Amino acid sequence: MTLTLEIIGISVLWMFLFGYVIVASIDFGAGFFNAYNTLTRREHILTNIIQRYLSPVWEVTNVFLVFFFVGVIGFFPKTAFYYGTTLLVPASIAIILLALRGSYYAFATYGTNGHKGYTFMYGITGLFIPASLSTVLTISEGGFISMVNGNPVLDYWALFTSPLTWSIVVLSIVAVLYISAVFLTWYANKAGDHSATELLRKYALIWALPTMVTAAGIIFELRGHNPEHYNRILDLWWVFGLSFLLFVGTVWLIWNRQKYGLAFGLLAGQFALAFFGYGISHYPFLLYPYLTIYDSFTNEAMAIALIVAFIAGLGLLLPSLYLLLRLFLFNKDYVSGKKDNHA
Amino acid sequence: MGNEEALFFSRVLTELTLSFHIIYATIGVGIPLMIMIAQWVGIKKNDEHYILLARRWARGFVITVAVGVVTGTAIGLQLSLLWPNFMELAGNVIALPLFMETFAFFFEAIFLGIYLYTWDRFENQKKHLLLLIPVAIGASFSAVFITIVNAFMNAPQGFDLVNGELININPLLAMFNPAMPTKVAHVVVTAYMTSAFVLASIAAFRLLKGSNHVYHKKALFLTMKLGLIFSIAAAIIGDFSGKYLAEYQPEKLAAAEWHFETEENASLIMYGILDDGEVKYAIEIPYALSILAHGNPFEEVIGLDQFSEDEIPPLYIHYLFDIMVTIGMGLAFLSALYVFAKWRNWSFVQTKWFRWLIVAGGPLAMIAIEAGWWMAEVGRQPWVLRGIMRTEDAATSSGQVDIMLVLFAGLYLILGVGSVVVLRRMFKRNPVEQEIEDRRKEQGGGIK
Ligand code: HDD
Ligand code: HEM
Ligand code: HEM
Repeated sequence: MTLTLEIIGISVLWMFLFGYVIVASIDFGAGFFNAYNTLTRREHILTNIIQRYLSPVWEVTNVFLVFFFVGVIGFFPKTAFYYGTTLLVPASIAIILLALRGSYYAFATYGTNGHKGYTFMYGITGLFIPASLSTVLTISEGGFISMVNGNPVLDYWALFTSPLTWSIVVLSIVAVLYISAVFLTWYANKAGDHSATELLRKYALIWALPTMVTAAGIIFELRGHNPEHYNRILDLWWVFGLSFLLFVGTVWLIWNRQKYGLAFGLLAGQFALAFFGYGISHYPFLLYPYLTIYDSFTNEAMAIALIVAFIAGLGLLLPSLYLLLRLFLFNKDYVSGKKDNHA
Repeated sequence: MGNEEALFFSRVLTELTLSFHIIYATIGVGIPLMIMIAQWVGIKKNDEHYILLARRWARGFVITVAVGVVTGTAIGLQLSLLWPNFMELAGNVIALPLFMETFAFFFEAIFLGIYLYTWDRFENQKKHLLLLIPVAIGASFSAVFITIVNAFMNAPQGFDLVNGELININPLLAMFNPAMPTKVAHVVVTAYMTSAFVLASIAAFRLLKGSNHVYHKKALFLTMKLGLIFSIAAAIIGDFSGKYLAEYQPEKLAAAEWHFETEENASLIMYGILDDGEVKYAIEIPYALSILAHGNPFEEVIGLDQFSEDEIPPLYIHYLFDIMVTIGMGLAFLSALYVFAKWRNWSFVQTKWFRWLIVAGGPLAMIAIEAGWWMAEVGRQPWVLRGIMRTEDAATSSGQVDIMLVLFAGLYLILGVGSVVVLRRMFKRNPVEQEIEDRRKEQGGGIK
């Protein structure tokens, strides 16, 4: 694998997708925990923490996703033909859920003082969205799309009866809860909110093991479904091994109530390794067996233009993101709720 | 479902999503500028009313942004889901502005988050105002970039098509196509104009509904002045848009003007109806079409006779054009009258009926936006990429578009109703009189 334009393109996109996975997971999981606690009448413990974190950043989360799907069409226009035609239903459902969730978050946070029904919807959509989005990963493994009269067609029956689909769906949900719990433990601890920290710590520990088990389950499923991909994963065993070590580190720290910030750092490393390991082993296919990053790639002029735009954009973006984090995530007064300067 | 059906439903769904998104997008482009101006005036004049104006607008803006963002996400994905063949081609040639648009979104989203949560956090108000500049720039540039994509659909260039292969692709040439200058300018300016009139509507409505607070009067005067400036700009740039059409898309202009025969000294047809190919009850303004098209009353204007039957857009766009231009002229006149009367201290502008006219201004401006877009988009038919790809060849072959249409229609209904209800409740619960009172207590005087 040499550093071609194709590789640069897919790496950039994969990086942003990873960004989305992390920030969106925190958001989705937070919504779920909040709803769960409302149901069990303990909402006072979490609501404050969750609202403080989510309010200034929810729109930014969404842009990560937009960046990814716009970028894919830019770098790999042929994906529009294959994925665009076949994903109509799952992607539309995801959009509708995202739309309801995003707008009602804004409505409730800024407009009214919250409503129970809304809290539940917010919690539940947070689990359905990763589930519906994750089917794209399943489809990319091949075996669900066939060509009829030159047009790709998705076989829904095969998709919904495949164990691979369901293990990926379960992993997406479990991982969301785990990532979110670890992050919020750290955040609650920073805010000095002891009872919230303890509750979230408990959640983090609960969801740690299932995350590992389902991840391993998927690798096992792949063996039967897509042996080529499975073998490439085995070739990269050390990446996944390292990822596992980081996982152990996170759990150890949380178990011992130590250095929650570092624990979240290790978790980010764990998921980054797994995510990139998965991506690299998927190489060069975007969609088994029809589409590789090479035959779907855009022309050279556009690729260079996009990369230049990307670098320029990043120059603008990184300082602004840093400012956002400094003002809200790393600002003691804000996090602990001493200051409320909302319009 | 045969492909005609998929095509039909894809069309309806695209039209529905875009028509809904554009309402919130227009507000999203224009309001940050209005907030910025109000806050700036407030700081300059040291007048808390303007600052409060900015703050209350910003609060309402959050709701419209949220709907703008989620419907925008919907249309962004739908373009690939419903028009995969078009997006495959477009991805190769015009992906650059689409990609840059996401950076504009990022920029806007980040600073909007910061701006909203840093009221009163800075000693120096100007610092807070500075945070709004990236929001306004980001919002306007989202409009610029997406409109560039749309301009490309009207005047594609920057590539060669040889035996179905795309070669010699030049992304910058594709972006700076002939349709781009007028289109971008007209879209951005009409967004500012519409936002100003929408805010003026609200102020006038409050004044009608019994609140006689000077706060609303200041708001009304400010927004009407801005509305005047931007509506004049919109008309001037609209005139340039007509000249662009005459040169590059004469069939669209001819269809919008019911200009059937190519001729010199062409007259402009306003209003009227089309009955069996006969124009009836119309007002004819001699030479005006030649002036709109070329800036010269005697020049030749190409008519529909120059085009084959299957390349002529639907003729009903004439009505849309009339709606847009009439509203544009009307609002320019209304705001000019208001500003002039204020200056001369004429009192009729404070009468009920005049205020009701201003209240109508906001919704009317929004109707002009819709009519303008429908005119421009239907006027491009049968092409999705003019001269290169027909709309019917661009659509998906998927069989479930009709169900998705129903689902999305339900979604927009919920979002539309939800946003109106929430906005009303938000301002009802916290009327401006009470907020001024609260702030006075907080600060120990200062606000009257
Ligand atoms: C408040 C809204 C508004 C108002 C008052 C006007 N317009 Fe407009 N017009 C638009 C909102 C708009 C728009 C929604 O922004 C369009 C649709 C597509 C586009 O490029 O801009 C548009 C398109 C558009 C086009 C087609 C451009 C194209 O297809 O490339 C022309 C020729 C005009 N306008 C001309 C005018 C004239 C002569 C006006 C005189 C007052 C006018 N417009 C007022
Ligand atoms: C936001 C304001 C817009 C509105 C209200 C609007 C409206 C419409 C309408 C009414 C049509 C259908 C014409 C017909 O089939 O008779 C159409 C077509 C289309 N528009 Fe736009 N449009 C807007 C902006 C854009 C932009 C900025 C883009 C591109 C980035 C775009 C992409 C398309 C595509 C791909 C079609 C082809 C599908 C079709 O013809 O039905 N539109 N639009
Ligand atoms: C010319 C018509 C359009 C204008 C003026 C416009 C403008 C905007 C603006 C200002 C926003 C930010 C939301 C807000 O501040 O309210 C927005 C959101 C969005 N628009 Fe549009 N838009 C137009 C048409 C389109 C089309 C055709 C697409 C599809 C490619 C699109 C894609 C998006 C996306 C993806 C978002 C969400 C971005 C986010 O997540 O922050 N827009 N649009």
